Amino acid sequence: MKIVVCIKQVPDTKGGVKFNPDGTLDRAAMLAIMNPDDKAGLEAALRIKEETGAEVTVLTMGLPKADDVLREAMAMGADKAILVTDRVLGGADTWATSSTIAGALRNIDYDLVITGRQAIDGDTAQVGPQIAEHLGLPVISYAADIKIDGENVIVKRQYEDRYHMLKTKMPCLITALSELNTPRYMTPGGIFDAYDEKEVTVWGRADLKDLDDANIGLKGSPTKIAKASDKVRKGAGEKVNLDATESVNYIMSKLTEKHVI
Amino acid sequence: MDFSLDKKHEMARSLFKEFAETEVKPLAQETDETEAFPAETVAKMAKYGFMGIPVPKEYGGQGCDPLTYVMCVEELSKVCGTTGVIVSAHTSLCIDPILTYGTEEQKQKYVIPLAKGEKLGAFGLTEPGAGTDAQGCQTKAVLDGDEWVLNGSKCFITNGKVGDIYIIIAITSITEDKRGRKKKNFSAFIVEKGTPGFSFGTKEKKMGIRGSSTYELIFEDCRIPKDALLGPEGKGFPIAMHTLDGGRIGIAAQALGIAEGALERTIEYTKERKQFGRAIAAQQNTQFKLADMAARIDAAKFLVYRAAMAKATQKVYSVEAAKAKLFAAETAMAVTTECVQLFGGYGYIREYDVERMMRDAKITEIYEGTSEVQRMVISGALLR
Repeated sequence: MKIVVCIKQVPDTKGGVKFNPDGTLDRAAMLAIMNPDDKAGLEAALRIKEETGAEVTVLTMGLPKADDVLREAMAMGADKAILVTDRVLGGADTWATSSTIAGALRNIDYDLVITGRQAIDGDTAQVGPQIAEHLGLPVISYAADIKIDGENVIVKRQYEDRYHMLKTKMPCLITALSELNTPRYMTPGGIFDAYDEKEVTVWGRADLKDLDDANIGLKGSPTKIAKASDKVRKGAGEKVNLDATESVNYIMSKLTEKHVI
Repeated sequence: MDFSLDKKHEMARSLFKEFAETEVKPLAQETDETEAFPAETVAKMAKYGFMGIPVPKEYGGQGCDPLTYVMCVEELSKVCGTTGVIVSAHTSLCIDPILTYGTEEQKQKYVIPLAKGEKLGAFGLTEPGAGTDAQGCQTKAVLDGDEWVLNGSKCFITNGKVGDIYIIIAITSITEDKRGRKKKNFSAFIVEKGTPGFSFGTKEKKMGIRGSSTYELIFEDCRIPKDALLGPEGKGFPIAMHTLDGGRIGIAAQALGIAEGALERTIEYTKERKQFGRAIAAQQNTQFKLADMAARIDAAKFLVYRAAMAKATQKVYSVEAAKAKLFAAETAMAVTTECVQLFGGYGYIREYDVERMMRDAKITEIYEGTSEVQRMVISGALLR
């Protein structure tokens, strides 16, 4: 069995988000980490590896320094790593990103592709399902549990108020929630192996298969970000002291005034 | 000459830091308060390979270098001195001498489970009448047929009762030199817990590193097999001294970690604590003290890392280890004392980490060779 886990290097938002004066993310000022949902996906893959002896490959698209998260993944136990990096791929939105990753996946044998639900920098949750669409794979998103059952996977798909148990035949794509598990730590020996023994395969634009130039990089991105900003603090609001009936009337009048209703 | 860490060492540090912050820090106060050995933490460290970092993979270890091991002890000690010394005594004082002097059979039998963390290691040299003057040891081993018979006791033994494998130094013969002076000849032995005649005395109640299991080891007609001898007969003293050279690098790393941990907390505190209408960090007295501590800690760090690199590349590293331990231990004591002072009354209260850190720091000036012994080693090399 072969599993590919798609991971992303993201800025750590734990200490707050930092912006450049032009409104773009100041990535240099923030620590770079493996996206938490992706890490849960990797952990799920490593557990399947322990059970079935599956081979786990990690794949990322990003700047050359995204090599760090691939080494981290190998230090946790991934067998192989692929970095897709090329200037022409820069500035990609979810469409261009998923097209590019699909182009990389067309070069690889796999039974299962796992992605995180969403990245903490973009929060779109679009890339995983889009990859599946490009490749014509069945997709199960929001996985809170994954079981391998012969040629099938059984996934607990988590909603806010319920869950679905879904079964599908592989190959397929699953998007993982960070609630799926607690990812393991690396081991010191795993880190040394990741740097001294293992290689990261680097692919550029030319290595990607069946990919139209119209669908890559900034030019191939239909989404344009006008501006990004940190959470803007809302004003203090308005406090009124009224009885129940008057309160309802007051709120209704405000909602009408603001054209909410 | 490059003073920055390469990527794999940086990543190893981030691993140790994350583990220490997540798994060790929340338990540090309780470990100190209850004096309970943190067995669950040790089991977690075993799972992730922390109990055999500088041990080759063929012996169950991680195949990393001494610098990686030193950073592990340092990061653990930033949050909990007890956890730091458990790893240090196990790795430097028990695994290292078996790896260095053991037969292939001994390495297979003992190093593999030790490095995997399935077994915990300890080392016994000190006796009630023999500390710095190790020649004062009284514990004896006499060969009787196919067995050595051990009699005597060892005190202040780290990982004492929780250990499984012990390196014990004992007298195996007494010879006379040309002038008729008697000289004790020591040998090193590997003793397993549960051997009849091997028991434990009382648990020591300590000032610091209170979760560390410190016990007296008692040997009463304790019979161990002939092949429990570690290294050549009569070479126990140089084996013990060489083992302590390595151990001192581990303790230097512990001291370094304690100093760094105390400074980190003090920087946070001085930014929050207000006196005379402003944060005490805004006052020059505080700023200068923080600067002095940071500079001193960096100096200690370079000595400790140099000693770790010397252990990786040199056969003899006694002086590098002695300098690292002397300076790092005295730095830990000075820095933690100053940190308590900057905390004021709160620094004297057990609720705050720096109080524990000051108590933990003191032992680093004492065990595995006092600061005075380190000065003897350093000056001995200067005046040779």
